[in-house]
Amino acid sequence: MTILDAVKSIETALPDAFERAYEFRGDITVVVNPAHIVEVCRYCRDTDGLHFDMCSGVTAIDYYPDEPRFALVYHLYSMRHNMSLELKVYLAGDEPVVDSVTGVYPSANWFEREAYDMFGIHFNNHPDLRRILMPDDWEGHPLRKDYPLGYETVQFSFNFDEVNKHKPYAKE
Amino acid sequence: MTRLEDSQWQGDLEQIKGLVTERALRGETMVLNMGPQHPSTHGVLRLLLELDGEEIVSCAPDIGYLHTGIEKNMEAKRYEQAITMTDRTDYLNNMGNNLVFCLAMEKLFDLDVPPRAQYLRVLLAELQRINSHLVWLGTHALDLGALSMMLYCFRERERILDIFEMLSGQRMMTTYIRPGGVWRDTVPEFEPAVRDFLSYFPARIDEYERILTENPLWRDRTQGIGFISAEDAIRYGCSGPTLRGSGVNWDIRKAIPYSSYEDFEFDVPLGQHGDVYDRYMVRIEEMRQSVRIIQQAIDRLPDGPFRSNNRKYVPPPRSVLGHSMEAVIHHFKLWTEGFRPPKGEVYVRVESPRGELGCYLVSDGGPRPWRVHFRTPSFMHLSVLPHLTKGHLIADVVGIIGSIDIVLGDCDR
Repeated sequence: MTILDAVKSIETALPDAFERAYEFRGDITVVVNPAHIVEVCRYCRDTDGLHFDMCSGVTAIDYYPDEPRFALVYHLYSMRHNMSLELKVYLAGDEPVVDSVTGVYPSANWFEREAYDMFGIHFNNHPDLRRILMPDDWEGHPLRKDYPLGYETVQFSFNFDEVNKHKPYAKE
Repeated sequence: MTRLEDSQWQGDLEQIKGLVTERALRGETMVLNMGPQHPSTHGVLRLLLELDGEEIVSCAPDIGYLHTGIEKNMEAKRYEQAITMTDRTDYLNNMGNNLVFCLAMEKLFDLDVPPRAQYLRVLLAELQRINSHLVWLGTHALDLGALSMMLYCFRERERILDIFEMLSGQRMMTTYIRPGGVWRDTVPEFEPAVRDFLSYFPARIDEYERILTENPLWRDRTQGIGFISAEDAIRYGCSGPTLRGSGVNWDIRKAIPYSSYEDFEFDVPLGQHGDVYDRYMVRIEEMRQSVRIIQQAIDRLPDGPFRSNNRKYVPPPRSVLGHSMEAVIHHFKLWTEGFRPPKGEVYVRVESPRGELGCYLVSDGGPRPWRVHFRTPSFMHLSVLPHLTKGHLIADVVGIIGSIDIVLGDCDR
């Protein structure tokens, strides 16, 4: 079965979930309705001929200020048929919620935590949804486009006092 | 009461609920913090270990101590500037990180790469693999008590770094691989240096094996430890030597060849049991295969240009700036505003020394990448650590961490 047959098979088996598919530079992406993502993943993993047994990773994207604002891309790979497929869901709003696929692909666990930490995307039924890279008490989600890229003034001997005044650490 | 009240957990139990089992909350098992400043965690990794005697009941890795916001930074830089950030993610695989980002860019731009550059890339990626495996072997053996390995491995690694310095002027942060090829052509001393290394290195691998492979102490510490089955390894997203140690024949260089890997002859070493020892054997054998690939690459290194001639993406050489107006225009455009690739999203995966290194690159048509995501093998393998360590002794944890070959810079980005 080729990758195009696989896409066709998803389209016929799950018409509610399938939205569209496109190809760019040889990468096949299937856009999926976010309400059905777990169902589609399970279908991709368990169906003979598809057998996408490995989820390489999950990437979150912020298209701010466009709407729908967020997207999640699941990179699936089939060991048996040596083919890869990207599943993509678009999530609207500033506080997006989507079902976790950890039950189907355990490898998605930490990637979903990363998406939660960096983008503030909530995952239903995730076993352990905590921040992963940023400290637990961090405010905001750094990889969002409306989160500014911070910087620190370079400290030289002549501006030491001025720079030190703005340092966040507690002063006696 | 024999237990000292002072040794009890004084903090809020809510904080560790969900990370440890109910038994720990009742005080039956001991919760122990390991790291982040621990010599055998290969960087700044923190583990929350729950112990029943010496046996591990559960393990919760805590990462992010080396998070430097590289992905966010790359969004603020032009494509060519962003390559310098990739060196700094996995500091043992600089060439490989350059390579995956450049491959993603080339796929996005539809840019050609001349054969000489492709062969050079393969050669350097394999040298980098040996370099990374040497550091892995040195530190892994050091963790398990074979102190001398560290000195031997770093001795050989120095020669590889010398070759990198020869080519790029830098030992580690090379940024040598650029979109459309490599930064500059090789220098005359390069080929003899590589040939010298090739004639010298295979005997050294035998030497390492003489120290470790049949060593009863080494076998005791590694065989039957950190087991993962082939099905679980795939389910949990393992790749590279960690996956192949479990006997799954999947090497991206063979399965989805990139950068002309299909031209080279090499074998993919496989383990059987999926334990620490098999992962060790796979990596040792991989070094020999890398030597084979480098030998073929240096013998068949084609002549010709080392970088693409597509002036929309590749700056013209300095020499033509003096007499070509068009070259001056291209030069000016590329260095003032950069290039504007087509809109689109691509995913590229390469076989890094640790496993599948993926790069997802999103372009909005502007001169800066809209989003760059690195799917890094260390991140993935650390998430498997609780599964690998369960039921083993606390002394085996350092061996298991060593065997999945993590680099925290790669993990936290």
